[in-house]
Amino acid sequence: MDFNALIDGLGGHTLDGLTRGSIYALVALGYTMVYGVLRLINFAHSEVFMVGTWTVLGVYTVLGADSESAMPMVIFATLTALVAAALASASVALAVERIAYRPLRKKNAPPLIFLITAIGCSLVLVEIFGHVLKVFFGAPFGRAPVNVPSPIQTHTLLTIGDVRITNVQVFIILGAVLMMVALDLFVNRSRLGRGVRAVAQDPDTAALMGVNQDRVIMLVFILGGAMAGVAGLLFTINFDITKFDIGFIIGIKAFTAAVLGGIGNLRGALVGGLLLGIVEVYASAVFSSNWADVTAFIVLVLVLMFRPTGLLGESLGKARA
Amino acid sequence: MPEQTMESPTPEAGTVGDALLVVDDVTLRFGGVVALNEVAFEIRRGEILGLIGPNGAGKTTCFNVMTGVYTPTSGEIRFDGTRISGGKPHRINALGIARTFQNIRLFPEMTAMENVMVGADARHKTSVPGALFRLARVRPKPHELPDNQIKAGFAKVFGISRHALEERAGRRKSMEMLRFVGIADRAHELARNLPYGYQRRLEIARALATEPKLLCLDEPAAGFNPAEKADLMNLIRKIRDRGLTVLLIEHDMKLVMGVTDRLVVLEFGQKIAEGVPAEVARNPKVIAAYLGEPDDAAQA
Amino acid sequence: MSDLNEPTPDSTTDPSPQGRATGAFGLPRLNIADRYSKAPLWVRMPIVLIGISFAFYLPFLNILPFAYIRTDLTSGGSDWGGVLFLIVIYMIVAIGLNVVIGLAGLLDLGYIGFYAIGAYSVALFGSPSSPVTEMIADKFGLSEGWAVPFVACVPIAIALALASGVLLGAPTLRLRGDYLAIVTMGFGEIIRILSRNVTSVTNGSAGIIGVPSPPEPSENFFSAIETAHWYWLALSVLILLIFLTRRLEDSRVGRAWLAIREDEDAAAVMGVNAFKFKLWAFAIGAALGATAGLLFASKQAYVEPTGFALNLSFLFVAMVVIGGSGNMVGAMLGAFLITYLPERFREFQDWRPFAFGVAMVAVMVLRPQGLIPSRRRAREFADRKNEAEEAAADA
Repeated sequence: MDFNALIDGLGGHTLDGLTRGSIYALVALGYTMVYGVLRLINFAHSEVFMVGTWTVLGVYTVLGADSESAMPMVIFATLTALVAAALASASVALAVERIAYRPLRKKNAPPLIFLITAIGCSLVLVEIFGHVLKVFFGAPFGRAPVNVPSPIQTHTLLTIGDVRITNVQVFIILGAVLMMVALDLFVNRSRLGRGVRAVAQDPDTAALMGVNQDRVIMLVFILGGAMAGVAGLLFTINFDITKFDIGFIIGIKAFTAAVLGGIGNLRGALVGGLLLGIVEVYASAVFSSNWADVTAFIVLVLVLMFRPTGLLGESLGKARA
Repeated sequence: MPEQTMESPTPEAGTVGDALLVVDDVTLRFGGVVALNEVAFEIRRGEILGLIGPNGAGKTTCFNVMTGVYTPTSGEIRFDGTRISGGKPHRINALGIARTFQNIRLFPEMTAMENVMVGADARHKTSVPGALFRLARVRPKPHELPDNQIKAGFAKVFGISRHALEERAGRRKSMEMLRFVGIADRAHELARNLPYGYQRRLEIARALATEPKLLCLDEPAAGFNPAEKADLMNLIRKIRDRGLTVLLIEHDMKLVMGVTDRLVVLEFGQKIAEGVPAEVARNPKVIAAYLGEPDDAAQA
Repeated sequence: MSDLNEPTPDSTTDPSPQGRATGAFGLPRLNIADRYSKAPLWVRMPIVLIGISFAFYLPFLNILPFAYIRTDLTSGGSDWGGVLFLIVIYMIVAIGLNVVIGLAGLLDLGYIGFYAIGAYSVALFGSPSSPVTEMIADKFGLSEGWAVPFVACVPIAIALALASGVLLGAPTLRLRGDYLAIVTMGFGEIIRILSRNVTSVTNGSAGIIGVPSPPEPSENFFSAIETAHWYWLALSVLILLIFLTRRLEDSRVGRAWLAIREDEDAAAVMGVNAFKFKLWAFAIGAALGATAGLLFASKQAYVEPTGFALNLSFLFVAMVVIGGSGNMVGAMLGAFLITYLPERFREFQDWRPFAFGVAMVAVMVLRPQGLIPSRRRAREFADRKNEAEEAAADA
């Protein structure tokens, strides 16, 4: 244990934690929204995120953007990657809903079946990138990690005390928070968002009041998927890497974040994500990076024991307008 | 000898007429909502007490407090001299209170027989080690011997495992209960597939199998036609004749008046009247509550 | 339900007309299971014995049309005895997890943790080269190469698994279903990470060699190449465990589990101590998982952390659910299919996980009650579907 390492770099660690945490939070939104509306843990959501990271790689490759690119190209490539990743992830999320979940919903299957189906979907998506695409296109698909060089060059924006704040960190945290504010406004202010909240509160009454449940569910998958796609972009900017099974561990962290904040609660996802990111980075500093995952789970267990509905409670429906 | 307890009132059952269950100034709040407000009444041994009141008066809530689903905010409930409020549901059941549910809550994927056996199991002790190894031997009494001659011979010499003894006793008792409520003909059907009236009776059989002293029936006649209601009234009387005390929540005034010994009337979480049915029926507050006259008129 | 066949006065009543339901593809169901369970003991006993004998004969199966099920027909195929061993190990896992998920209705996504505890117990105490035995030998001045004998490792492993099941269950079983799922998943990960990180106890990612074998009737009876012997050992354990688990299912305990799964609150009011029985389900599941793990580790003679990755937990849950949750035979069929098919079709090795994923989705979407549902589950599905259709018709 090395508390000095934590104290010495407290500012830097906190910033690292917030950066990681905002990625978790974006992915957590997908879990939380689907859970809020369907009371279902969408285990395939982690793969929706993974598809986002590969899409980013695809966009960079097609546009030829790399660390040498000029400023306009960097901006263009990043924005294109943002839109493409959001679209690709949203389509995958929607496909999972249409192909796997909807037939089960029509049969009124119990939750366990949804879970197994989700695990199956997850495996299919992982294998598409880990094997199927490799058979047709060769590298970079396959089981090896792939470099995703972001065209954005990391440089220090400003230094406060010992803490260096980089442009990448600012971009990630701001990007994530902006996306979440936009989503929060959408759900709480728009007519479609009202439908989402209505179904979350009481699906039967909402249906009687003329809310089209299937449309709301599709919307939720699309929104959650898009957020995961954006998270995919932010992840590659921060870590410059992707892999066929990268979704698994991020997915578990994001789900933990969602439960931590109170699953079904949009703002809870933000709080849970940021908190989890910080706890993890602190724990890596104090113990070693090997222990980061254990700490995350222990925090989750403690929260559930003493506050079983998460920090902010579970309420997609009750979110105030 | 679980069967025997059900045959006749047990000797130690106490004097008919003294208080079996005392609800002592029970208040229950959910946040700002007062569901029960200083409700106090007692249930006397051997009687059929009716708990009536308009929708939302707090009757079922009262049941839930008695059976350990909720803990009262203040006040307490004593059963046979033991404080039970705030206790765990399965412990309260062990003391001798059983109930049915307003919205039938059977174990739908178990057969009628199995449902009742879960109730009978409440009086049994076999747990995992007993069921796995079946080592605890018991010397059976003559009526507990297996019907098969060879098995009975073995049992006489070596005793039988407590598991086997309890299973047999449980099955016999369950079948007796199913016959008692009149649904033995469909004992081996899944509870979910039984007709509505059978499900209601199955709930009663399941509750009786736990060998309660007090049986709480939550609107057992809901959805019944007049003939079925008459049958049910007979059944309730038969249950009382076995030495049980019955607490009955019911909407149907005719049924309540016909079968109960005394009535307690709740409105808005408060007790507004108590007494013998004929008396209560004349009480202006009760009439007001049922006819929906303005509150202030009723309170005046 | 062995005891139900005794001539009690009323058990002769026909169970119900529900067995007439049509099976897969709209064909009338043959009700083999029904007929079998209604047959008298002298009919059932020989059937069981023939089945068991056939299972023991399987490693030598060489009669041509049947021999195609062997996995070692092509060069590079998996050793047939080894595959059979693995199938049986996963069958033990499946009946254990079926107690937790299928009977008590608790979703445990960290079952691999208990499997790992079983494997590591026998390795840590039984291997002369594990840090634990070295430390004990050091402290008490025992001879070099001292280790706990295999026979003593078994109760240690089971006791540790029971204890960890209770330790995990006691604080978490009050949680709601989906939270229980994630907490147990966390537990499975924590066990794996501990086995990797606590190097001073587990040797970390280097793993532990020299995991002991069971006592041998003759020299090298349980050597690495005698996979058929290992299979027989595992099969015997499996048969014993099926027998014991059946006893639980057909007792007050089994009824309590079903009642909790169906309606926990109602069960509590009927006198079922739900917490106690849920804890038992967890502990028994843990013990079965550990038994499978310790047999596996003993055959491999080696344990290391990557063998206990979390995806195995998902695989285990998939076995139970694909076969038919709540039904021991179904769970074992699931274990068989998920272990056997990939080994038989090794030519397509790289495609295995993909095919497996597609199969999982397809089975669940087309036949959500599992391949051999318990009759209860099948009824539940039929009724839920009717409910859904009626609801749709009303709308």
